[in-house]
Amino acid sequence: MAKDKKTVLGRRGFLKAATATGAAALVPPAVVQAQAVPAAQSVRASRPSEAAVAAETGLGAPAPADLMINERPGSDFMVDVIKALGFEYCCANPGSSFRALHESIINYGGNRMPELITCCHEESSVAMAHGYFKIEGKPLMVMAHGTVGLQHASMAIYNAYCDRVPVFIVLGNILDMAYRRGNVEWVHSVQDAAAMVRDFTKWDDMPVTLEHFAESAVHGYRIAMTPPAEPVVLIADGKLQEEPIAEKNLRVPKLSLASPPQGDSGSVAECARMLVAAENPVLVAGRAARTANGVKLLVELAEALQAPVVDQRARMNFPSKHPLYAASFNMAGADMILGLEIQDFWSVLNQQTPLNRLGMESKPVIKPGTKVASISVLPLSHKSNYQDFGRYEEVDIAMAADAEATLPALIEAVKKLITGDRRRVFQERGAKQAEAHRRAREVSRQEATHAWNASPISTARLSAEIWEQVKNEDWSLVSNIRNYMSDWPTRLWDFEKPYHYIGQQGGAGIGYQAPAAVGAALANRKYGRLSVNINCDGDMNYAPSVLWTAAHHRIPLLTVMHNNRAYHQEVMQIQLMANRANRGVDRAGIGTAITDPNIDYATMAKAYGMYGEGPIMKSADLAPALKRAIAVVKRGEPALVDVVTQPR
Amino acid sequence: MKTLWIVLTLAPLAALYAQGNADNGKKLYVKNGCYQCHGLEGQGSNAGARLAQKSLTAPAFIAYVRKPAPGGMPVYSSKVISDADLTEIWTYVKSIPPPPPVTSIPLLGGQ
Repeated sequence: MAKDKKTVLGRRGFLKAATATGAAALVPPAVVQAQAVPAAQSVRASRPSEAAVAAETGLGAPAPADLMINERPGSDFMVDVIKALGFEYCCANPGSSFRALHESIINYGGNRMPELITCCHEESSVAMAHGYFKIEGKPLMVMAHGTVGLQHASMAIYNAYCDRVPVFIVLGNILDMAYRRGNVEWVHSVQDAAAMVRDFTKWDDMPVTLEHFAESAVHGYRIAMTPPAEPVVLIADGKLQEEPIAEKNLRVPKLSLASPPQGDSGSVAECARMLVAAENPVLVAGRAARTANGVKLLVELAEALQAPVVDQRARMNFPSKHPLYAASFNMAGADMILGLEIQDFWSVLNQQTPLNRLGMESKPVIKPGTKVASISVLPLSHKSNYQDFGRYEEVDIAMAADAEATLPALIEAVKKLITGDRRRVFQERGAKQAEAHRRAREVSRQEATHAWNASPISTARLSAEIWEQVKNEDWSLVSNIRNYMSDWPTRLWDFEKPYHYIGQQGGAGIGYQAPAAVGAALANRKYGRLSVNINCDGDMNYAPSVLWTAAHHRIPLLTVMHNNRAYHQEVMQIQLMANRANRGVDRAGIGTAITDPNIDYATMAKAYGMYGEGPIMKSADLAPALKRAIAVVKRGEPALVDVVTQPR
Repeated sequence: MKTLWIVLTLAPLAALYAQGNADNGKKLYVKNGCYQCHGLEGQGSNAGARLAQKSLTAPAFIAYVRKPAPGGMPVYSSKVISDADLTEIWTYVKSIPPPPPVTSIPLLGGQ
């Protein structure tokens, strides 16, 4: 402890000098002295005494050299821990509260595993980690200030939490008041840094020793990855980072991930019995497929039952070309519904009245007697304040279990129950669904012809043009296209592989799209995939600087702007309110339109150092522009094409 | 309530005999935000049904706008848009030419 106190005093003296003299004084005084005279003279000249320096500079006695050098800071051991967890990347906007850890990553750690990714906003850091996980299946590390950085990051953390995506967040903070350098570090310090996001993170800890840091880091990683996967927060105290390692026999505990919870055998058997007995069962998938194997398992279950699958596309769960893929399904026609990791199962089973904001009336959409079962990890991680848990769903079987982990047992149980008679019924049912699927695809093609040559360009035409350019590539659509694009890519493209689609924001927070796409593209890079991002203009304007991150780190990504020049969802909301008030909708663009001036996204892209082209107004110009941009992406760089589009 | 019923009843009748102007109808279609959900060429979207190439009469069109299906589009009362203006919008919608046949579009599987 005595040594500790001495170090603190010496550091504070040095810091006082630094504050008084600016950046130059950040170099230790002895070094400053050596640089101020010619080299030869410096050899001959005797070193001035500390008293002389103090008298000449008025800065007080310089700190002894051994206090200014620390070749083995605690942050080095933190990097040992972080490396043991296998992070490929660490996203961060630089901040002084984690400066030692930053330095240790790039120097002691060699800037490999993890490599530091420079972000210009903490929301981008976390959203990149969000997108990365949904491709790679592993969390990214994010560093941020415990106060101002976390406040920036909070929206993206909420999205990741709602989307059940793990992010490993390390926050810098200086708990010991004697270590804080002036006002900035006081306003950047906090008693309980994680408190602000505790409502929408899974776990946090504030280690007070390096041993504690190691154990909590490994523990936190396991907690984050155990379904339901969610963000965790670990505080890296500034003093712990910067002081020399004093603890003996430090070690990193062995990481062992928890196996996901599986449905109990009784519930699985009962669910299988219901599915096999049903005449019109339907499988509804939310985040059912955690891994590539999840897609295969869902296909296997659907084929065993010849049951349609409604894929809500919170993940890529089911191939869109599969004859059992149901683009839409009338739940009133089902007599057995199995929900697999659905965020809002109540809304699958019920409908609110049109004037729900006035009357709050609701009614079931399923017919009486319909059997309902749910397999989901969501009941294992409910909190109270934020209401993402949704309404209580009335079901016959509620398995608080991971769907993908439960599917093998369920498939086995289903197959054992299928008799020859049931198989014939299933085959007939499957043939009908296949015909419905074929018709739906044909209707989509017919519908896409409307406004085919329109300007602004229709979302159907935009989707068809992009598909034409990517369909023979190993592509990955890394954006949310369901509502904003009228689901056209799902209707026209062939989604098959797990990385063909990564789902949505989770918390419906705008600003996710661009950084999540960059993060997903970062994960796709080593596989040589062509990452495609159809980015809404409203979303892009939250944190466009992530384009610079993509350019700086040579992250290949094709971004196509869905530029409808409005917060279109909100335009419609204002229209509803205006007509409800009987005032007309002609002023609904006030506060919702992104015009006057129009934003030039191609120039924006160029400003951030990447290829940009547009605005494209005519559909005939689209294909050549996409070809040029994809050529850039194939060289390993990001590119953006700005397309002015119809609203939806 | 009685007044509203009369308006709803008479509105389709009035529109039945109205003569619309497609150009002005397009302006009104935009001004009244129809395109936000139905698209500039009435192609529709996930927020609003396709209007182009639908066999919808002016009275039916106006009746629907006055009293849309539950949970759908905003209600447009006669206070915010007149029957005459709705008729012009309907005329524009009816004037939208048919799309090219899907068989002529290679991107959609045609030749």
